[in-house]
Amino acid sequence: MVAILYLISALLFIFALRGLSHPESSRMGNIFGVIGMIIAVFTTLMFKSVLSYYEIGAAILIGGAIGSFIALRIEMTALPQLVAAFHSLVGLAAVFVAAAAFYDPVAFSIGKVGSIKTASLVEMSIGTFIGAITFSGSVLAFGKLQGTISGKPIVFKFQHFINALIFLLIIFLIVLFVINQSPTIFWTIVIVSILLGFLVVIPIGGADMPVVVSMLNSYSGWAACGIGFTLSNNLLIITGALVGASGAILSYIMSKGMNRSIINVVLGGFGGEQDTSASKDNSDKIVKQGNAEDAAYIMKNADSVIIVPGYGMAVAQAQHALREMGDILKKEGIEVRYAIHPVAGRMPGHMNVLLAEANVPYEEVLELDEINHDFPMTEVSFVIGANDVTNPAAKTDESSPIFGMPILDVEKSQSVLFVKRSMATGYSGVDNELFYRDNTTMLFGDAKKMCEDIVKSLSA
Amino acid sequence: MEAHSSEVFVIGLTVFFLACIIGYYVVWSVTPALHSPLMGVTNAISSVIIVGAILAAGPQGFDTSKIFGLIGVVLASVNIFGGFLVTYRMLSMFKKKTKKTKEKE
Repeated sequence: MVAILYLISALLFIFALRGLSHPESSRMGNIFGVIGMIIAVFTTLMFKSVLSYYEIGAAILIGGAIGSFIALRIEMTALPQLVAAFHSLVGLAAVFVAAAAFYDPVAFSIGKVGSIKTASLVEMSIGTFIGAITFSGSVLAFGKLQGTISGKPIVFKFQHFINALIFLLIIFLIVLFVINQSPTIFWTIVIVSILLGFLVVIPIGGADMPVVVSMLNSYSGWAACGIGFTLSNNLLIITGALVGASGAILSYIMSKGMNRSIINVVLGGFGGEQDTSASKDNSDKIVKQGNAEDAAYIMKNADSVIIVPGYGMAVAQAQHALREMGDILKKEGIEVRYAIHPVAGRMPGHMNVLLAEANVPYEEVLELDEINHDFPMTEVSFVIGANDVTNPAAKTDESSPIFGMPILDVEKSQSVLFVKRSMATGYSGVDNELFYRDNTTMLFGDAKKMCEDIVKSLSA
Repeated sequence: MEAHSSEVFVIGLTVFFLACIIGYYVVWSVTPALHSPLMGVTNAISSVIIVGAILAAGPQGFDTSKIFGLIGVVLASVNIFGGFLVTYRMLSMFKKKTKKTKEKE
């Protein structure tokens, strides 16, 4: 009976993910997920060995209240941090469950204290190891996304060598743990894994965070899998594998969006402080600068506008003002669409959520390969808070660090409007030759303020 | 006994690989626009390890294991409620085109 209920719960989780293939079915999918979770929890509460309903109920209420409070209060721009924080909790929970299984193996029927089955010990320590890495890695990712820790990659000598040594040490500790089942070694594994989690994320820079967040998502799934094997629980194994696969695929999509291998991202050190040769020879080039009225005039006289939002839009919270601008243009009979690069923002799909939040209908928001061939037929590209994802150097300059990265071909549209705070380079540290083209107008200023000013000019 | 436990492990491994394959196909079918909600949902469902935490917190009395279990229940609950709710919030924002979109703000 228990096995069947767990199976139903696992199936509901699969349907929950399946629902996300379309916005229409997604809401139902989320409900499937909730039902699956309720079934899983209540099935477990029916176990003969589970007696302390009050304590468990209280724990669920406390956690649930905290979780609900955070989820309802969070700004959509801060989603990446929130997700990172949540991942850290999954990791930590996995460590605690493994610890609990170690201290009371009888409750999980995996043996007795001091003589736990070898297989269970291995599975338990792997679950602990992945859980602890997920925990500390996510905490650091949270800090970097929140801005409490500098988003710049921190690199030092022998970094990867040290990480490899620590990894070997952990394997050694796991072997030792399996042999003597000592609590001291268990906690040493936890501490060393936490340290490794920090070290793994430390060299990875701010804009690589979409990959890191997806990777940690994946780890949290594998941690659940490890615990599932320890408890011989198929529900945990299935769910963990689903989550692990999901995170792995997202990491792959994100790395591909930057034309880099996952390994390259993980090794880190990309972006931030590189100075580029290109920036020197561009210093004498002329930049055409415009203001909100110019932008309003250019767009008002166009037939079609494609808006390219990036992380800068999220930082400036410009999505509402931007949508307002789009609405006015649409009323003028101008075709307005949005083009999203796979790595725009700080987590997969971040821009889509922000635009949805601003009531932009999802049909108007298109992915790179859906819209890229439309740029030559488009009069105005309005780039707001994005930079590297539009840089033609990715196609032409083989020496550029972003060479090969798929870009949005805004340079093919008749004119380009760039909303930027300054001439600073993008995350990759590469100068964008688009800024100096004749058909480009730079609009310097805060993204939100700029959109509001354009709205004013348009309605005047 | 030993043979039995290795059998259990192989069953677990079978389930694991099949689930990975299902995960692979299901996740590729997710539209890129919904990748953020996907992370929200996966985050919530990975907290199904609450099952393990409840088992640890189950027995009466108080010992180390039970305290760990209860902490695990709290942590996982934060995620379950937080994950599903934030996903719900995200998904309810994705709207179809209407003739006149009524804005709240």
